[in-house]
Amino acid sequence: MIHASLALARRALRVTARRPQFIAPLLVFPSLLLAVNSGGLSQARNLPGFPPVQSFFDFQLAAAMSQSLLLGGVATGIAVALEIELGFFDRLVTAPIPRLSIVMGRLLAAAAIALFQLSWFVLLGLIFGNGISDGIPGLLIVYGIGSIAGIGFAGIGLTLALRAGNASSVQAIFPLVFVVLFLSSAFFPENLLSWPANIIAQYNPLSYIANGMRAPIIGYGGAEAVLEGFGAALGMAVLFAGLATHALHRRLRAG
Amino acid sequence: MKNRAVIRALVRRALNEIIRVPGAAVPGVLAPTVFMLGLTAVFGQVTSLPGFSGIDQYIAFVLPVGLLQGAGFTGAATGVNLARDIEQGWFDRMLLAPVSRPILLVGIVASASLRALIPTTVLVLVGLLFGVKFPGVLALVIAASLIMVVAACTACWGTIVALKFRSQQSAPLMQIGSFVAVLFTAAYAPIGMLQPWLKTVATLNPVNYVLTGVRQGFIGSVTWADTWPAYLAGFGLLLVLGFFAVRGMRRTGQ
Repeated sequence: MIHASLALARRALRVTARRPQFIAPLLVFPSLLLAVNSGGLSQARNLPGFPPVQSFFDFQLAAAMSQSLLLGGVATGIAVALEIELGFFDRLVTAPIPRLSIVMGRLLAAAAIALFQLSWFVLLGLIFGNGISDGIPGLLIVYGIGSIAGIGFAGIGLTLALRAGNASSVQAIFPLVFVVLFLSSAFFPENLLSWPANIIAQYNPLSYIANGMRAPIIGYGGAEAVLEGFGAALGMAVLFAGLATHALHRRLRAG
Repeated sequence: MKNRAVIRALVRRALNEIIRVPGAAVPGVLAPTVFMLGLTAVFGQVTSLPGFSGIDQYIAFVLPVGLLQGAGFTGAATGVNLARDIEQGWFDRMLLAPVSRPILLVGIVASASLRALIPTTVLVLVGLLFGVKFPGVLALVIAASLIMVVAACTACWGTIVALKFRSQQSAPLMQIGSFVAVLFTAAYAPIGMLQPWLKTVATLNPVNYVLTGVRQGFIGSVTWADTWPAYLAGFGLLLVLGFFAVRGMRRTGQ
């Protein structure tokens, strides 16, 4: 099972590396939005109630990471849906490997891609921002929460792909990525969001994931934000890995 | 006369798609609406900052950004449709028709301009529903006409990309062009509040002048000083992109 999962994860990573058009949007769009947000609204940190940060760019870094990870989930879903459409999935299920490794392989690959995505934004933070305020331990926290959240978001994409079976249906959730983002405290502190976003953000796990990654970057928020971030990311990963597995069994029973 | 008939036929073909596949128009309407409402929910409080003097509604400030994004999506969709026509061989058949290439381009671009009025109408209605004050008929006419020019520009960009790559896989490149052009402006805050690097980019970006022209009626009153640079920038951009699109059309199949 572990061997098969690793082999499938390696395959997924190789396919991703061969198709840069799939990975580029995960970095390009959030980076552009990061530049525009931080360049356009840098004075927002003067608002009463805004946490103390050295720059608005540092605050926005976790938002860009969250957005990139969410898009990574959509990309995973599209990749799996394309494999279903092109018949590779059918060949995969006839192979003598544990069926669970199909899901696990994809999620492991998603975690590796998430680490790559996070590294890109850490690099941007080092170049254009003030780096990670909490140093190496802070960096590990960012990688920890981000990679687990990446698994969770990939689980969402995987579940949708296995249920819908076509790439266009998975692609249709693209605007939802922004809905989820805007209804969280990823871009702005929860206490400064307008109604009803401020209420919804309290129940949106993405708020906790973004705040958890942000805390070590800006050096504000403390252990509570980090623990909540890990909790939300783990909850998402377990829930959607389970749902993806269920969707896989359902597809196998149906087909 | 023949040219007009060709343009009409091409526009009609593009508009038929909306009637037969209404779902195809949804992303172009949904995405800018989500963006506009989302930005308002997230950044709505920034209007209390000193640089926003005289602007009390953030939604009125970002509504024009949504309108330009809607035009951008529509133009990109036109490019994607052209790429699909190229992939499926329909475009090659169209090139055999006894019509000049620029006329074919005019048909494609005109359809994008008209289609852009769909997201424009929806966004303005949503804006009014969320409390944006009615900007007046003149402001709306100026905004709609500028949006049509921007849609024509992005359709030209989509055409250039489609003719170059001849594949629907180039869609992200079509979208990212308008995404960058619209957002690297005074999209989120008045130009005086932007960081120096973004202020420089926005000043050099012709779309920023178009945005000012579209925005004027929503946050204040219509002035000649904000109107003429918007048309000059919009038509200037259309001239440049149109030139390269026509060149691409002429070179196709040679």
